[in-house]
Amino acid sequence: MYFQSFSDFLAMGGYGFFVWLSFGVTYLLLLGLIAVSAYQQKQFKQQLTASIAREQRVKQYQEQQV
Amino acid sequence: MFKWLDPYAKSETLYHLCGKLLPYLMVSALALLLLGNIWGLAFTPADYQQGDSYRIIHIHVPSAIMSMGAYAAMASAAFVALVWQIKVAHWAVLAIAPIGAVYTAIALITGMAWGKPMWGAWWVWDARLTSELILLFLYLGVIALHGAFSDRQVGNKVASLLALVGVINLPIIHFSVEWWNTLHQGASITKFAKPSIDPSMLWPLLISILAFALLLLALTCLRLRTAILVNEQHRPWVRKLVGG
Repeated sequence: MYFQSFSDFLAMGGYGFFVWLSFGVTYLLLLGLIAVSAYQQKQFKQQLTASIAREQRVKQYQEQQV
Repeated sequence: MFKWLDPYAKSETLYHLCGKLLPYLMVSALALLLLGNIWGLAFTPADYQQGDSYRIIHIHVPSAIMSMGAYAAMASAAFVALVWQIKVAHWAVLAIAPIGAVYTAIALITGMAWGKPMWGAWWVWDARLTSELILLFLYLGVIALHGAFSDRQVGNKVASLLALVGVINLPIIHFSVEWWNTLHQGASITKFAKPSIDPSMLWPLLISILAFALLLLALTCLRLRTAILVNEQHRPWVRKLVGG
């Protein structure tokens, strides 16, 4: 460990604001991109499952009518 | 010679390959990112001139290198898509573009946060900074151009074409620090000579670069899988996979 104490680590020799701003924005953007990408896939799968189920119900109904 | 590659042009095979690789890529990318960053933040000595502000290098350099790596990957996919007319390659272009845009944004923002204490300005119209900003606009341009066409086929082609034309920006970014008098420093590691950085600082940096590369692959797999599902939603294999 290079720093003497945890508060030294947070202070980053007086550059704390700039260092933590950089790392904060980086992790926010990266995790945000992962979350959005995963959510889009999950949402599309749910949407497609629902539309396939709906088509099957319509088909079943039409067969009953004949 | 490259016959073994043929099955992977088939979207179903590629979908399953990406699904298999995704967990390994994602876990190793995040683990290496944490390792490299914690090492770089807490266990390396401070710079003799820049003090602790230089620690921003551990995300600035990896994101900047991989913002260009992502563009090279995207342009290669665009080339394959246009020359051999492979559909999944078009989808790969659109899958990579947002990842590259985020990497470029990270490189620019961390560069600003490093420039303010060291140069005294958040932004200067220096050749390196300007060409990297153009890279961001190229990524956004590819995404926007694709979205501007109601015919998806035409949108794919035009977006891939822009991605190819934009390759001209990569050597400009790389050599900007040599061709022009820039405030931005020259290359420390991406050159054919011994890296001008101490090994104690180089190792965590290399780990972080590898982490950004693996994360690029992981995110490409994830996003390409979604793109395959969306584009092939009427095909029997997708309906069996999702509906069954």
